[in-house]
Parts: sequence; structure tokens; C-alpha cells
Amino acid sequence: MGVGSRAIRVDACEKVTGGAKYTDDLRPANCLVAKVVRSTVANGRVKAFDLAAALAVPGVVKIVTCFDAPPFEFPTAGHPWSTEAAHQDVADRRLLNERVRIWGDDIAAVIAENEVAAARAARLVRVEYEEYPVVLTPQEAMAPGAPVLHDARPDNVLAHTSFKIGEGGYEEAAAAPGLRIVEGTYETQTVQHCHIEEPVCYAYMEKGRVVVVSSTQIPHIVRRVCSQATGLPFGKIRVIKPYIGGGFGNKQEVLYEPLAAFLTTQAGGRPVEIELSREETFAFTRVRHAIDFSLKTAVRPDGRLVARRYEAYSNQGGYASHGHSIAANASNAYRHLYQDEQVLDADTYTVYTNIASGGAMRGYGIPQANFAMEAHMDDVARAIGMDPIDLRVKNCMRQGYVDPGTGITCYTSGLLGCLDQGKKHIGWDEKRKAYANQTGDVRRGVGMAMFSYKTGVYPISLETASARLVLNQDGTAQLQMGATEIGQGADTVFTQMAAETIGFRDEDIHIVSTQDTDVTPFDTGAYASRQTYVSGMALKKAAKVFRARILDYAEFMLKRAAGAMDIRESWIVDAESGERLLSMADLAIESFYSLTNSVHITAEETNHCKSNTFSFGACFAEIEVDIPLGKIEVLNIINVHDSGMLINPALAEAQVHGGMSMGLGYALGEQLRYDAKGRPLNNNLLDYKLPTSMDTPELHAAFVETDDPSAPYGNKSLGEPPAIPVAPAIRNALLHATGVAVNSLPLTPQKLVEAFAAAGMIASWEG
Amino acid sequence: MLKLIKMTVNGKEVETAVDPRESLLDVLRNRLGLTSVKRGCEVGECGACTVLVDGEAIDSCIYLAVWAEGKTILTVEGLRGPNGELSPIQQAFVEEAAVQCGFCTPGLIMTAVEIVGSGKRYTREELRKQISGHLCRCTGYQNILNAMERIVNETYKVVGQD
Repeated sequence: MGVGSRAIRVDACEKVTGGAKYTDDLRPANCLVAKVVRSTVANGRVKAFDLAAALAVPGVVKIVTCFDAPPFEFPTAGHPWSTEAAHQDVADRRLLNERVRIWGDDIAAVIAENEVAAARAARLVRVEYEEYPVVLTPQEAMAPGAPVLHDARPDNVLAHTSFKIGEGGYEEAAAAPGLRIVEGTYETQTVQHCHIEEPVCYAYMEKGRVVVVSSTQIPHIVRRVCSQATGLPFGKIRVIKPYIGGGFGNKQEVLYEPLAAFLTTQAGGRPVEIELSREETFAFTRVRHAIDFSLKTAVRPDGRLVARRYEAYSNQGGYASHGHSIAANASNAYRHLYQDEQVLDADTYTVYTNIASGGAMRGYGIPQANFAMEAHMDDVARAIGMDPIDLRVKNCMRQGYVDPGTGITCYTSGLLGCLDQGKKHIGWDEKRKAYANQTGDVRRGVGMAMFSYKTGVYPISLETASARLVLNQDGTAQLQMGATEIGQGADTVFTQMAAETIGFRDEDIHIVSTQDTDVTPFDTGAYASRQTYVSGMALKKAAKVFRARILDYAEFMLKRAAGAMDIRESWIVDAESGERLLSMADLAIESFYSLTNSVHITAEETNHCKSNTFSFGACFAEIEVDIPLGKIEVLNIINVHDSGMLINPALAEAQVHGGMSMGLGYALGEQLRYDAKGRPLNNNLLDYKLPTSMDTPELHAAFVETDDPSAPYGNKSLGEPPAIPVAPAIRNALLHATGVAVNSLPLTPQKLVEAFAAAGMIASWEG
Repeated sequence: MLKLIKMTVNGKEVETAVDPRESLLDVLRNRLGLTSVKRGCEVGECGACTVLVDGEAIDSCIYLAVWAEGKTILTVEGLRGPNGELSPIQQAFVEEAAVQCGFCTPGLIMTAVEIVGSGKRYTREELRKQISGHLCRCTGYQNILNAMERIVNETYKVVGQD
């Protein structure tokens, strides 16, 4: 057991029996229901409300409008706070907004005794607006004369950053003789997280404080933002996080917790719940940014990249949320994986528009950049007649690489091993040849894509985590982590880590799954694939202290030097012979009740993490495409990952499956669409094409383990990466199968048929 | 106006007053405390609220509680053995790492109970179709299918009929 075993999830039994409680399962019996009143214009200003009809609905307790809500502007991103103003998240919204920037913006809230009354009253609120023109894309929003969404950004550009790695400019470098120039534009679409549990929270007052129970990835950050949004001091707010039905980044955002916190204060402290519908979740929470890329590459005929130019426009939507961090992260990844002989010149824009706000979603900008980058690499390979993998290997990051922007170092790389395994699995060499010159309506192709990914957010942001261990009378221990279980298996791997370092059996560690900011040690939460690395360091530190304290007590009891003893399988043993000397139960009961030396053995440590490391991986896919139907079938697909040492291979495989599934949806079907007025067209699970089991092929997951010296257990990021390389791998397989480069996601039949027709492969498709 | 209905829920006869507009989902969750039955869309798209009504898997969010009059309802709370042991289907989900966030899990297990109860042997492809009314964002369905395949095969060995 311990680290490296395929231990069964510690929460599995509770989750198959209904024992695991999620936020709404815990709702108090007398809970009020709040329904958000939403704007019916995507850009404008609320001039007046007529609440008479709504207030007349039986069961309505109170209606609060944007004219009554606290005036504080606050940020919603689940980032660690910065005490330096220049590094703080953009605060550009209020609890309820008078100036509305998206269709369905929060303008008022109805509190009622039940759901029916709240929903009825919300529909009966009459609103008068001043309406402005709507902009849906960065191009529209940046055009001269475009309406200004936020006064602080008169050009609608939330942020523009540039960097240059190397000397000179791209154009100058690309003008050198003998180079091939490859240019392309690549577009990614707006998608949504689609966690099956909707965002839900409730708040109530207790002893003059506000308690918020929420389905969140980031309870300590929720507490901070509730304070900033309501003006209540931090200590007056307590946040509790029960089990959560998926988050994928959408719950790394503070959504409706601050509003619930405010509403309970308006309802005499009674509990008030806000649970979104599926339609609201799609339209009014967060989405993955649609980013458009313009890429240029100058390459030698032998495949060496000489110079590259990168330009990206990210569609932010109405509010800053995670803002430019995501597009900036995307551009950084572009410089990490491949290095140029001379120069990489990059510009990145994040632009306000009137669609749903872009926020964190599994991969944090990298799935977008990876689609563009890896599609482009195949285009480059094709232009110079080189095998796409050979081109990549010639230019990719190697061990020892240091990012010039952040200093992040490549301590370990299993990337080339991942490529070897992927090639073997998919039959790369044979099939690249066999499918080279196909004719006919149904063709096959193989494609691949690869990526690098950081582990946590250092040094861009603070990385800190804490862990606490508390001994019980029977020699078992509670483990309290500020880090959160969000379905990925954090509770299980932390249990394994604690057992490993202390010397306990897994079953003697009782992890406390719920975070409660009143008692849980501080950690910023689940995002950036950081927890096994960053929180794992804190846990290892606490476990070492805990172990030392146990051994000190054993020294007292056994009159042997602590240093000559060890803890194995929850026994105090002789370090050399392994002879069992004292059971943990006997030690623990004495430590509690000794009349001469009573001590409650506990340990709590914080670790301020000041390192980061790269994980790697690749996706290989074989597809069959029916050209007249424009339909892609995935015949075989594998992700191979270097995520360092695996804490739990069974859970690691499960993470990869889920990420691949999300990548397949991104590649083939998912897209949240809007009409010209900014109204969402398909914000439900029928019209938005989330992959079902029928859409999903067998998913193969494999690993190349490296032992990362910067990590607590040799481990590197894993949670997000599996979603990254799938879409470009499929796009590249399509290119291989047909010779047609489709540069926009998703690869839907409509789009493919149009592309095949344009390429002259479908003769009379209009007829 | 509330209406009194009688049904058998997880082996026990239950009499409860319901609003005639109320879904079976809301009655099971809010009146009977069976919170394993999850709400994911409320329009029959996601399958998280699946329960068995007289042995048939249905979306309880689009099934009126009054329709359950006289019927037998089963949720995962009713699957454990007399001493709290997991049913073989639950055990298979646990051991095959088919559980992640756990929100779609109870509904999928109830569909598995329906499938296994048929005593038929299903291929993996047939199982894919059988569970396609359940949306899961965590697993890619891979380990869920592994669990389903295992339990269907184990059951078939004991009570097999084609």
C-alpha cells in the first residue's frame, strides 16, 4: 500500500450507496430559495424595475435589485490573492449589475419560500433597459466605434501582452534565404464544463456570522471573495465544502456564493439556497475561452524551426473572471514545447465581448493553444515533406530546459518515451505509409499531438498549502487537508501519501473530506493540477513531523533511542531488524492517558512551494472519415503521459480517460452557440453535444514514469493534461486521411462537408 | 392541494403527501431523504436521477410522483445487504475505479441493476447503448463499462439466459 499502489478510492463506498453528501443533499429543511432575475439584453443598462406583480406572488419573501445591492466591485477568479495591487485580479462586477454586459446578467434576486414562487416572481419582474449594440467576437469588440463594455477599458481590450524569445524580429529572420514559410489561422470554440452537479450553494447566519455551504473547488478563496463582495470581514464568513459533483474549473470560480451570503443577511439570517438550472449553468457561469490564433513559422528544409510568430485573440465575454491569465498561459505553452533557432515573437490579446465570461477550464488555455500549435506543426511537416513526429522531436524541449520567462526548469522528461509508446500502439510507421494515397469516400488516417504542462502556478502566483494530522486513541489518525477532493481522487492519494511517509497502513488514515474554513488548514484549492505536488509537499512535511513525534513518544515508552526505531505497517519496529516493538494502538492510548506524560500527538505544517515542473504527454489517434457524410469515427486512441511517478495508477488511468473524453467532445461536437443578440442557442444537454457512451471509443491510457526530483513523491501534474492533445491529434489524423486541413473546432459534419466540397472531393453536394 | 400516495420504496411501504405537480425526484429527495437520487438537468437529459419503478429504470425528474401510486421504487440506498454489505454491482463499481465525482454514479448503478436483472448476456457494444442515457463528464465511460461488463458476465454465469 502507500504510494504507487492501485488503492481503492477512500470515498467509493460512500458514493455507490448514497452516503456521500453533496451541497443540496445537506440543505436545511427551512431553506429559502433564491432565483436570479436575468437581463434580457446582452449589453445595456437597467433603468428601472416594476416589482409589483412579482411581489404579489404568494411565498415571495423579498426582492433585491441592483439598486439595493452592495456597491463593491469584486473579482471572481479562483486565484491566490496578491497583496500587491498590480497583481490583483480585475474587479469588474457587482453582486447585481445595473450595467449589464451579457444576456442573462444578474440584475436582481427573488427570495421565496419555495422554488415555484421564486421562479414565478422572477418571471414577473418588469425591467426597463437602455440598450446598446452587441459585440460577440474580439474582432467586433476591437473595431473602431464598438460599444465600450467597461469604462476602465475603452478599447475593450482587457489586456495585451507581448514577449520575444531570441534576437531580432520574426519578419527579419524569416527573410533569410533557404527557409520555408508556413502560415495558418486556427480557431477554437466556446465550450462549457458540464459537470453533472449544477453550481449550488446556500448560506445562513449563525452567531452574527455568515456560513456558506457550496459546491466549490476552492473554499478558502470563496471566503475571501465573499468578504470582498459583501464588505463583511473575512472572520465573519465561514465556508464549508462537501462532496462536489465535478468542477473542471467552473467551480474554481466564485459564482453565486457571495450573492447567497448577501441574501441571507436580507432574510433575517434564514438559509437561502441558489441552485442553477442546467440552462443557467451553460449560459451564466463560465466557459472555455474561444481563442483565435494566427501563426507563422520559418523552418529549414531539414525541419529546424528558425523563427515563429504567434498572435492570439481570446474572447473574454462580459467579465474579467480569470481574464488574461488564460490566454497568457496559452502563449507561454507555445514557447515551452518547441524552441526556435532565432526568435519567437508573440502577441496575445484578451478582449471583452457580450457572451458568457471565459474562465478556468481543465487545461487553462493550453487545449486551445495546443490545437493551434500542433495542427500548425503538422502543416509545417507537410510543407517540408517530413514525418510530423521527426519534426517535433527535432525541436522539442529536453531535460535541462529553463523557461526564460519564468525560470521553470525541465527536471525530468519522458516525452520521447511517450512518443515511442504511442507510435507502437497506433502502428504509426506502417499506417502513415499505408494510408498515404487513398481514394474513395471512406478513408483512414493516423495523427498525433503532444504537449507540455506546468505543475501548479509558481512563480506566476503564490503556491502555498497546509496539512494537519491528529492521532486517535486507537493509533489511527485524521488527516485534514486544505486541498479539495473534486472527483479526481485527491482524498485517496493524500491517504496513500500520509501512510507512506508516516509508516501507517492506508486504512489507519482517516481523511476528512469536507473543508470548513473555520477548522481546515489553509490551501488555495483544486486547480492547475497542483494538489499532489504542492499540497503533497505540505502533507509530506506534516507527516514527517507527526512521525517524529510518535517516535519520540515511543522512546519515552520503550526507553530506546527514537533514531533506532521506525514505523512500519502501523507498528513501532526496530529500525534494523524490523522486529515489532509496540503497536500504534498501545502507544496512542498511553499518550492520551499517561499520568506522567500525557500529550496529544498532532502535526500541522504549511509549505510555501517555490518550484514548478513540466509534465508531458501525447495523444495518438486513428480515424475513419466518411467524406460525403463529413463524419469522423475514432477507431483507436491512446494518451501516453509522463506525469512523474504515479501515486495511484488506477486513479491516474481514470483521470486520463476523463480528460480524453473531454478532448473528444472538444474535437468533434461541443460548441456553445449564440445568436446575433448574444442569446445562447443551445444551452442544454440535448442541443449541446456532450459525448455519450455511444460517442466514445475505447480509451487507452499509458504512462512513462519519471522520478521528478522537485516533487514530494516524484509526481508531476496529471489532472488537466489528458484533455489537451486529443483535438489536434484527431485534426491531424483527418489531414493524413484526406489531405484537407480543417483549422477550426469542432470538426462537425457540416464543417467537414464544406471543407471537402471546397477541396473538390464532393462533386455536387449542393444538389 | 396535497395528495396522499402509497408506494413501496426500498422494500418499505411508504405513505406520503405530495403536490400533484411534484416530480418523483423531488419527493424522493425532499420528502423521503433519499439524496442518492441526483438532479442534473430536470428534463430527462442526463440520467443522474435514474431510479427503478417496478424494475424499470426511469428518469425520476420527468416522472410525476402521483404516477408512483402503488408502485415499487428502488434507489441505491436500497441495494445494500442486511448487514450493510455492498451489492455485487456496487462492489464492481468500487473495484473497477468506475467512480470519480460520484454524481452520475447512483443513476448508473440503477440502470446496471435493471440490466443485470434481465439475466441476459450483453456485449460491450450493447452495454454502451444501454447506458447512453447517462451523461458522465469524469470517466469517459471506460471504467463504468468495465464494471458493467464484469457484473453482467458474473451474473450470466449464475443465472444465464439468452
